[in-house]
Amino acid sequence: MRALIMAAGAAALAVCAAAPAQDKDVTQREIERYRELLAEGNPADLAEAKGEELWKTMRGPKQASLERCDLGLGPGVVKGAYARLPRWFADTGRVQDLESRLVTCMVTLQGFTEDEAKKNPFSAPGRPSPIEDIATYVAGASKGMTFDPPLRHPKELEAFRTGEELFYRRAGPHDFSCATCHGDEGKRIRLQDLPKLTDPKEAQKVFTSWPAYRVSQGSVRTMQHRLYDCYWQMRHPQLDYVSEASIDLQVFMAKYASGGTVEAPGLKR
Amino acid sequence: MRSAILLAACAALLAGCTTPPPEDDARRQAQGAFERSFTHGNKEMFARVVGQDDVQALCSRWRNRPPADVAERIRKSQAATLVYPADGKLMGDWRQGEKIAEDGFGLRFTDTNQPKRPNGGNCYACHQLAPHEVSYGTLGPSLYRFGRTRGSSEAIQRYVYGKVYNPEAFTACSGMPRFGLHQVLTPEQIRHVVALLLDPESPVNQ
Repeated sequence: MRALIMAAGAAALAVCAAAPAQDKDVTQREIERYRELLAEGNPADLAEAKGEELWKTMRGPKQASLERCDLGLGPGVVKGAYARLPRWFADTGRVQDLESRLVTCMVTLQGFTEDEAKKNPFSAPGRPSPIEDIATYVAGASKGMTFDPPLRHPKELEAFRTGEELFYRRAGPHDFSCATCHGDEGKRIRLQDLPKLTDPKEAQKVFTSWPAYRVSQGSVRTMQHRLYDCYWQMRHPQLDYVSEASIDLQVFMAKYASGGTVEAPGLKR
Repeated sequence: MRSAILLAACAALLAGCTTPPPEDDARRQAQGAFERSFTHGNKEMFARVVGQDDVQALCSRWRNRPPADVAERIRKSQAATLVYPADGKLMGDWRQGEKIAEDGFGLRFTDTNQPKRPNGGNCYACHQLAPHEVSYGTLGPSLYRFGRTRGSSEAIQRYVYGKVYNPEAFTACSGMPRFGLHQVLTPEQIRHVVALLLDPESPVNQ
């Protein structure tokens, strides 16, 4: 499957390379064709199946499964939960995204320490990440549903305002902020289209399709990884997994993505 | 009586002016969240992003669309930072400029394991330059044939050198990094980029 996708991608890119630079339409058409080729099969389906298995597996010091995990719709309710995240949780007193909530459940239900639960958030060749697979499974269980996080609780509104400030916060040797790449419409970095994340039409398309299989990385990646990777590119230090900033930024983006359809797990460059 | 009411109204207005707007509060919250969210990485890198200079703070606050007086203040303060090479030589080798324009290496947290490798400018990430490179971004304007209509006079060389050194001296809250001021690129590297844009032999101008 992966070989097929790579071959298709390489073929499409070869056509791109041959296209005259001045002809933007040709380049754009080829990029779109590349995307269509990719859409025929999604290796993330495998992560989703592994995640479902892990969800039901007895793990951790308490040898418990995650089947009683409360993702916001009550203990054990997986279907539709992702479409209502991030949200404020009474038991932790915090606004949480999917991955931070999974950490909470791994700690409370399975008895892992918080450090253990956060230890291996992103997979690498030969080193799978259970939490990545589980996140893919949970998100996939909302596929086709309307994305509708509550965004009403005072703490949720506060997280939105904080996230907005963080989105525009320029810093570091390159003066970059999230808005540098995602503040205007119709822009591209190299050949990659950049969504304007404060435009509901664009936010709805991209925000609700994580976790996604990223062809360029040959792996499933989560929203936490997307943000970590953005800050890497922004010449910032490593963003802490499920950190406050990572969640506030998601609340900010989630508002614009509200009303979209959950398309997780996605398939991206 | 009427003057008392007026006075009271004035006092209320003044008080209104001194109360910080709600976005100040959000900014403080954001600063706190930021400081608590980068605790496991490289400490020197953290020191470089935890504070903001005037340009970064103002452009963040105004969402990169500063009012005219703020924009003027930024341009003026940044024009004062421009430093040109002492020997007056502003054009280097376009071939080296092309390599710098292609290279995105440098200052990312995974780049620290190659301390001797020079930083790149990654101009192509945002600009079209030479026509053979089709993988170019559009965050900045196309610079294809930049030197064709502008020539390569000393005045245009100074403009391009300065623009790469510190674009904020020309356009307040530009999205382009201050490559010279922040020592992302060396003066020697900036010269090569100037040549890439202005040398009549450069592929950019074919």
